[in-house]
Order: sequence, then C-alpha cells, then structure tokens
Amino acid sequence: MKQKFDAIVVGAGPAGCACGYTLAKAGLETLVVERGKFAGAKNMWGGVFYGPILNQLFPSFWDEAPVERHILRHRFSLLTPEASLSAEFTTNKFNEPPYNGFSLLRSKFDRWFAAKAEQAGAIIATGLQADDLLWNGNAVTGIKAGGDELPASAVIACDGVNSVLADKAGLRKKLSPGDIKQGVKEVIQLPRQLLEKRFNLTGNEGIAWEFIGSFTKGIPGGAFLYTNKDSLSVGIVAKLSALSENKVAANEMLEEFKQHSAVANLLAEGKLVEYSAHLIPVSGRAMMPALYKDGFLVAGDAASLILATGLTLEGANFSITSGIAAAETVIKAKQTGDFSKKSFSYYPELLKRSFVLKDLKTFKKAPRFLENPRIYSLYPSLVCDLAEKIFTNDGKPRKKTWNLLKQSMNDKISCWQIIRDLIRIKGAL
Amino acid sequence: MSTATIEDKLAVNKYDIDKEVHVSIREEICRKCDKYDCLYACPAGCFKLIEDHITLSYEGCLECGSCQIVCSKGAIDWVFPRAGFGICYEYG
Repeated sequence: MKQKFDAIVVGAGPAGCACGYTLAKAGLETLVVERGKFAGAKNMWGGVFYGPILNQLFPSFWDEAPVERHILRHRFSLLTPEASLSAEFTTNKFNEPPYNGFSLLRSKFDRWFAAKAEQAGAIIATGLQADDLLWNGNAVTGIKAGGDELPASAVIACDGVNSVLADKAGLRKKLSPGDIKQGVKEVIQLPRQLLEKRFNLTGNEGIAWEFIGSFTKGIPGGAFLYTNKDSLSVGIVAKLSALSENKVAANEMLEEFKQHSAVANLLAEGKLVEYSAHLIPVSGRAMMPALYKDGFLVAGDAASLILATGLTLEGANFSITSGIAAAETVIKAKQTGDFSKKSFSYYPELLKRSFVLKDLKTFKKAPRFLENPRIYSLYPSLVCDLAEKIFTNDGKPRKKTWNLLKQSMNDKISCWQIIRDLIRIKGAL
Repeated sequence: MSTATIEDKLAVNKYDIDKEVHVSIREEICRKCDKYDCLYACPAGCFKLIEDHITLSYEGCLECGSCQIVCSKGAIDWVFPRAGFGICYEYG
C-alpha cells in the first residue's frame, strides 16, 4: 500500500468525519484512520448537540442521522444535600425544524458521520492506529500505522484530547490537570413510555438538564441528565486536578448525585447499560497548541477547541467547524501544490473568521471565572436556604425577603463579595 | 437505585482486552510517592492502594488518559491499547 494520499485524517470523530467528508467531496484522495473497531467505538460525550453547523453540511440531517430526541426543555437545578431549586426554559420554536439541540449517542452518531465521509469517497480504515509521523526534514509527509508507512501530502490530526500526533509533531505541551475536566457518564435504560411519562415528553421531545451543587463538594463541575429515546445519559463533569486535591473520585460524586431526592425517582427502575469516561480540555485559548506546521494540521479536541462558559460546554460544533476549515485549507493547498506552513496559515485565518476563535476570544476570561468555588457550593446553598425561608410557614410573623437573604448570608459571605463576583460575570460571560 | 460499585459498572461495558499491557507503573518512582493522585483521578478504579503501595489492573481502563496527566512524578506509562482492543462503546 504505497499509494500517496492527498490527505490522511487521523480519528473518525466529529472533526475527522467532517474533515474527511469535505476533502473527499472536493475530489481529494482521502484516508481516514480510526483506532476503534468502528467510528465511535472509543468516543463518548454528555450527549446534547446543537445542530446549525451540521445542518449546513447535511440539510435536515435529523431525518437521516441517528438522533435520539430533539431538546424541547432546558432545565437547570441547584442542589444542596436536602433541597433543590430549579428553572426551566422551553419554547414552541424548539419543537419544530430546524430544532435547536438534539440528544445523541456517539457510538451511533459517529458511525453515521463516517459513513457520510465514505459515501463522499473517503477510505475509512477502522481498527488502525496512527502511531507516529513520517518526516522529511521539518515537514510531515505521512503516518506510521499498524507497521505500515502511509505517505500523504497533508496529515490532519483529529485524534482527540490525548492527541498522539499533536505531541509527536511537537505542537503542544504535556496536558496539565488544571486545564482538564473529567466527564463520567452512565447510560441508563428506561422503557420509552415510562421515560416519556416521567419527564412529561411527547413523541421525540427531549430534556437537557444541568445541575450544580453540593454533590461536587465545591469542586468546579456539575451534573447532567439528558433523555435519549429509551435511555437516560446521566453524568458528572469535574475539574481533574481538584479530584486528586480533594481526594474524591468523579464516580463517588455521580453516586451521591444519583441518590439525591430530586434525582433518584427519575432513575428508578432504570437499568445501567454502559459506564464511560472522557476528558475535556477546558482552558480555551490559554491551552491551545500551535495549530499547524509543514504538512500537518490539528483540529477538534486535539487542538483544545472547546468553549466552556458555565452554562454551556460545547465541543462538537467547534470540532466539526475546525475539521471543515482544515479540509478547506488542504483543498486550497492541493490547487497550488503547496502544503507548507506558509500555505497552511490559511487555517487559523478561517478559524478566526468563524465562531471558533471568535467565541474563544469573547469568552477568554470564562475559564478563570469558572474556577470560583463559590459558584459550586456557597451560592447554591445560599439560594436554596433563602427559598426554604420564603416557602416555610412556621406560624411565626414573616420577615421581609431582604432580611431573610441577609440572614442566609449570615457569616458565610459579605454583600461586597457577592457584588465582586457579579462584576466578574460581566467581564467573563 | 442502590449504590453500584465501580466493578458493577465496568461489568456492563464491552471490552476486547488486549494481552499486551497498555498502562504500567514505574515502581521505583511510585513507591516513593505518597500523593496517590491516580486513585481519585482514574474513573474506572484501575488503581488501588494495597497496604502502602499502588497496584494497577488495566483491564477496565476507559482510555481517558487521566492517570498519566495527574501523576506529577511521571510514574505512569500510558498509551492507547493496540488498535481494535480495549473499551468498545455501544452507546457513547
């Protein structure tokens, strides 16, 4: 197999599939290598995906892609060990095409996406691992995989957060646990009718529910619960460095969360069918590696292209868009025959024009802001405590809400501290 | 729902376990460490503290890479299992 490819894409996740699809569609000889037995075999995510970018690539993709449910309700809850306070947003608009978000499971979704790239003409080689790069001086000229040398004009590393190739290319430093969040997730099967009744859903309507509070013990992070067709995706996201510092494992948080009175009934009679884990690079621009060199581009999680704003933690659209931008860069390079670093400087230019680097710039202070431990423990307990005081009828004369709030704040936090945190929101979010 | 142990959870997953080990501990470094960051960072409970030293069973590894990132001593050698082996998610 000494055929020289125009492009070798490493990794068949959202970035790699979007990249491979775009390259093949433009007529480039494209190979996508994937270390899993099939695309998606190694991948997991929380499970809510927002559709506009994919809709540009495949109009009305929800009619053919294996989506679970469209997200009609967004719910948010603050938990203390005893109590919870929730808010829900829903609009009829989310209930009709083009919808807004979808719940999705990666094992099915990535397989569908890889098949789209294959139909466009890319070769998808599953069960093949890219171990190393081929070099000509400072230029990458292909990959080593499964004992073979596979030459290519361009290599695009879409090999995820633990990118072997970005490391081999010398583009990034060792990951630091302070820049990483760990996600753990259970998929819990529940009969479809029971699930829909329990969550007040009809047809393919779904709910995306985020939680913060006592179960993370003040560690930056939270929990999520998303409805699939006949299962729930339930998990925890927590700062990796804080797990060791606080001597608590994410799975312990998940168990505590699942036992919470606001959650336990929702999971009752469910059957665990999968337990998974994955890392998320959350420090945005601060941890972004160099994105390219001669013959080589990095996209998706491998390039740490993820937006964390607290209310959202979004990577898939950043992956897809960066995969497409990398492909367009290589397509342009093919026209001129120039695969050098100079030619590839078109790639960050495209990312700067798109939401990818614009959003990361807009929210560049968000990762720091989200380190504030008060968000995860003190504020949820303060708000729940205030609500309890407001709703409790103890047969005694009532107090004004302001006085109740001051009572809740007590010695725990000053007005000034709250104001300072609010001002920080303005800068960060 | 009763509390499930990590072993119960891993038991429902699908693996093709490789005979070739993909995570290993450098004993000479590990034995001098008393931080045990790996114990809490591994979501699959692959690291266990037995008496005063860490033991590792790689079979349940979810391939997240946490262990080698948190081990500040560089005592953990972690690579992906060989292609086709390891965890095989059916949901994801």
